[in-house]
Amino acid sequence: MPQLSIKDHLYESQLFLGRAIVSGVLVILLLLVLAGRLFYLQIVGHDHFITLSKDNRVKLQPLPPTRGLIYDRHGLTLAQNLPAYSLEITPEKVPDLDATLRALSDIIEISDEDIQRFRRLLKQHRRFDSIPLRIRLQDDEVSRLAVNRHRFPGVDVKATLLRDYPQGLETAHLLGYVGRINQRELEYIDLSNYSGTSYIGKNGVEKSYESLLHGQVGLQQVEVNAKGRVLRVLEDQPPTPGDNLRLFLDMELQKIALDALGDFNGAVAAIEIKTGGVLTLVSKPGFDPNLFVEGISNEAYQALKDSIDNPLFNRAIRGQYPPGSTVKPFIGLAGLEYGVVGYHQETYCPGYYQLPGQEHKYRDWKKWGHGKVDMEKAIVESCDVYYYELSRTLGIDRLHEFLTGFGFGQPTRVDLTGELSGLMPSREWKRSKRNEPWYPGETLIVGIGQGYFLATPLQLAAATATLANQGHHIRPRVVASIEKPDGSVQESPKIIDDLQQLDPVHWNQVIDAMTLVVEGAHGTARAIRSDRYRIAGKTGTAQVFSVKQDEEYDEETVAKRKRDHALFIAFAPADDPQIAIAVVVENGGHGGSVAAPIARRIMDHYLHQDGT
Amino acid sequence: MSEIPKSALSFQESQPARPSGLLAWLHIDLPLLTSLVLLAALGLAVLYSAGDREMMLVQKQMIRLGVGFLAMILLAQIHPDHLRRWSPLLYLIGILMLLAVILFGEAGKGAQRWLDLGLVRFQPSEMFKITLPMTIAWFLADKRLPPTLPRLLVSGLLTLVPVLLIAKQPDLGTALLVASAGAFALFLAGISWYLIGAVGLAMAALGPLAWYLMHDYQRQRVLTFLNPESDPLGTGYHIIQSKIAIGSGGIGGKGWLNGTQSHLEFLPERHTDFIFAVISEEFGLVGVSALLCLYLFIILRGLYIATQAQDTYSRILAGSLSMVFFVYLFVNAGMVSGLLPVVGVPLPLISFGGTSLVTILIGFGILMSIHTHRKLLPT
Repeated sequence: MPQLSIKDHLYESQLFLGRAIVSGVLVILLLLVLAGRLFYLQIVGHDHFITLSKDNRVKLQPLPPTRGLIYDRHGLTLAQNLPAYSLEITPEKVPDLDATLRALSDIIEISDEDIQRFRRLLKQHRRFDSIPLRIRLQDDEVSRLAVNRHRFPGVDVKATLLRDYPQGLETAHLLGYVGRINQRELEYIDLSNYSGTSYIGKNGVEKSYESLLHGQVGLQQVEVNAKGRVLRVLEDQPPTPGDNLRLFLDMELQKIALDALGDFNGAVAAIEIKTGGVLTLVSKPGFDPNLFVEGISNEAYQALKDSIDNPLFNRAIRGQYPPGSTVKPFIGLAGLEYGVVGYHQETYCPGYYQLPGQEHKYRDWKKWGHGKVDMEKAIVESCDVYYYELSRTLGIDRLHEFLTGFGFGQPTRVDLTGELSGLMPSREWKRSKRNEPWYPGETLIVGIGQGYFLATPLQLAAATATLANQGHHIRPRVVASIEKPDGSVQESPKIIDDLQQLDPVHWNQVIDAMTLVVEGAHGTARAIRSDRYRIAGKTGTAQVFSVKQDEEYDEETVAKRKRDHALFIAFAPADDPQIAIAVVVENGGHGGSVAAPIARRIMDHYLHQDGT
Repeated sequence: MSEIPKSALSFQESQPARPSGLLAWLHIDLPLLTSLVLLAALGLAVLYSAGDREMMLVQKQMIRLGVGFLAMILLAQIHPDHLRRWSPLLYLIGILMLLAVILFGEAGKGAQRWLDLGLVRFQPSEMFKITLPMTIAWFLADKRLPPTLPRLLVSGLLTLVPVLLIAKQPDLGTALLVASAGAFALFLAGISWYLIGAVGLAMAALGPLAWYLMHDYQRQRVLTFLNPESDPLGTGYHIIQSKIAIGSGGIGGKGWLNGTQSHLEFLPERHTDFIFAVISEEFGLVGVSALLCLYLFIILRGLYIATQAQDTYSRILAGSLSMVFFVYLFVNAGMVSGLLPVVGVPLPLISFGGTSLVTILIGFGILMSIHTHRKLLPT
């Protein structure tokens, strides 16, 4: 028995030894599998995982650039970025949010709307994000908060830069404004460059120069933890601020133009003849662009939109008016140039004109007629019959060709967006748009700047500048120079598109006639004659063909809105032209009495900057 | 080895033939102790990093380690014969406690595992990692080996009862470890390879049944294991982040305290179950290989002790305990590196947490006891 026991013992011992060795081998094999797995992850997949690890922890944060400033020609600030104070709350630092909100509303005004927006943002953000409660804090609110600061952990007053237009409505149409980027704009902007920006130019200079004003976004590489909290900055690439723009605009002229328009609606465009620079571009009424920056309230926007005066409408480049008699110098020049009429060749004006074989009488504004009229008299006294005859002789084709050369019927391509082209009618146009032939009578109406003929105030000013420059056409431009962040200044390009060389005698004849409009004893604008310098001009009256009969308005208002638009184009000094102006006064009546004095005030100021 | 026969001639049976001194007097096995202390020290260093330099965490762990090593030394003093005699009793007490857990236990993280004994909260399932191999060893060592089929069935039943009770809590990780303890005890007892093959096949067939019995969160874990990228922010997040941590460590690692995955909190459970990923990230393949070598040394030392043991009970017990330690390591490292599904098993001696640490060290105390209480028999 003992022997058996010993034998068993040995057998069991050897059995166990075998199993222990198998176990040991199993252990080694499985650990090798594990090591293989680690080799696979740490050597083979290392590059992949190191990228994932970096993606995990390194995030790019955009640093928005500061938007470029806009100045007038004398360096007066037109658009700037002002620090605006906002009240922000970091939820994770606030022990009792409701109590804090209650206590804060005792110190500063917090509307229900503010609270609602805050609650909404609260859900969208992480607990360590700073969430705005109130924006555009008043100075006294900021100081009251500062005094009570210790009571509110997690509540901060933060300064952000908000676009500000110190000249307010006086530059509203020209500069436009910035507003929050909307869905449509998101589709075409460079998303990476706008990653830290919430505003974009919506109109005017702010829109057309958006790419320069915006600047280049900066980037900050930051290390974040799993919850997205920024722990440290790894790399910093500062943003490049936007370019500053200096305009040709003279803010003084702009104010004078607005003031001179008085209670009338209308538009004024003034161009520096030597440069094509836009000195004044006024559309009245205006609006406060600052309202749009931080989001205009719905009621305020509706009020602006629904106003019968249409304050959001930029009349200067989008208002298309019949140019009326202001086109007469251009058509006169066409007659001389095409050789169909001599300057001193006379026509008899009985007060009306009839096409051969037609009964219809085309009336002159002067019922009893001007008598014997040559081109000079026709321009000075604005004789319609002379121009009926002249334009009939020229025909619509030549009228169209010649006036198109002055830019009528096509956009001036000024550096602003949204400009409309006006309308210079032609046979082709009528056939394609109306599917009708051109009637001879329509040529007569075009000859006095009525009918289908439409022009924008800026177009009229540009044509006047080209006339004053004797065919030397410079494309109108608003921005004079671009100031880069490195301090270098880049002049905006002067784009020249001269008319074909015309006979200088003809230019001088027409300019002389225009001078007599103001200087002559019978000139329609003789009231604005100046002793200091000579003005060349032309008055015009545009019939208001269609007025929407709005029943909310009483008879008197409707009657006022049916009144003719008063127009005036001018340049001065007549012998050395510096400034060209077009004035449109809606429902102003007569150009000579209403529109011309506005031009005079602008020219006075521009030509005599000392104010005398 | 030449010393042994000389000592063997000694008639002092109660005194083992090895160098005397404090360690011998304390029944401590020096290679085991050295490697365990080294492992624990490494663990503390990693814990300091994984816990974001939180000294509180390290201090707590040091206290637990102190308790664990004390328990180990205490166990080393107990003669294996005593352990053998207590085995069935401990098993019965354990089963009663598991039932008590199910009846009165405290819930935590969707599972009922804890038993509040007034002063200490106690996890009875833990003790089965030791008492189950003890019981099976006790049961099988009585008769000649390999065990007969009826004895195997009884052993299987002895294993199944606690495993099912633990799985019911549910605590899949512990159930798995207890089951593996029972399985290795049987394997070491010499059950036939045919039977092993048959059991393997049966287990594979029972897979679908296991799926049916699983809790939803356990099923989710299995699904996530099969394709972690299917749910990168939900249940797959752990394993994806852990793989990123390991993979981004590369050969040399990012350096101690420099692991971005752990310090920036991308890696979940980084100081407990996923601490292996922190080691891999900060010390790279080189560091983690060295760690695996240290573990391997401990396991092989345990198996060696088992082969040197003088009775069947001691052999089976020592071998099973060593293999349970290995299962701990393999399941944890396999889970963290995406080889195995996520099962709540800590990295032995390194993961932050008390109960398993003490259990493991008690196991090594038993190993030391077995090794140091040997009687030298004439060859």
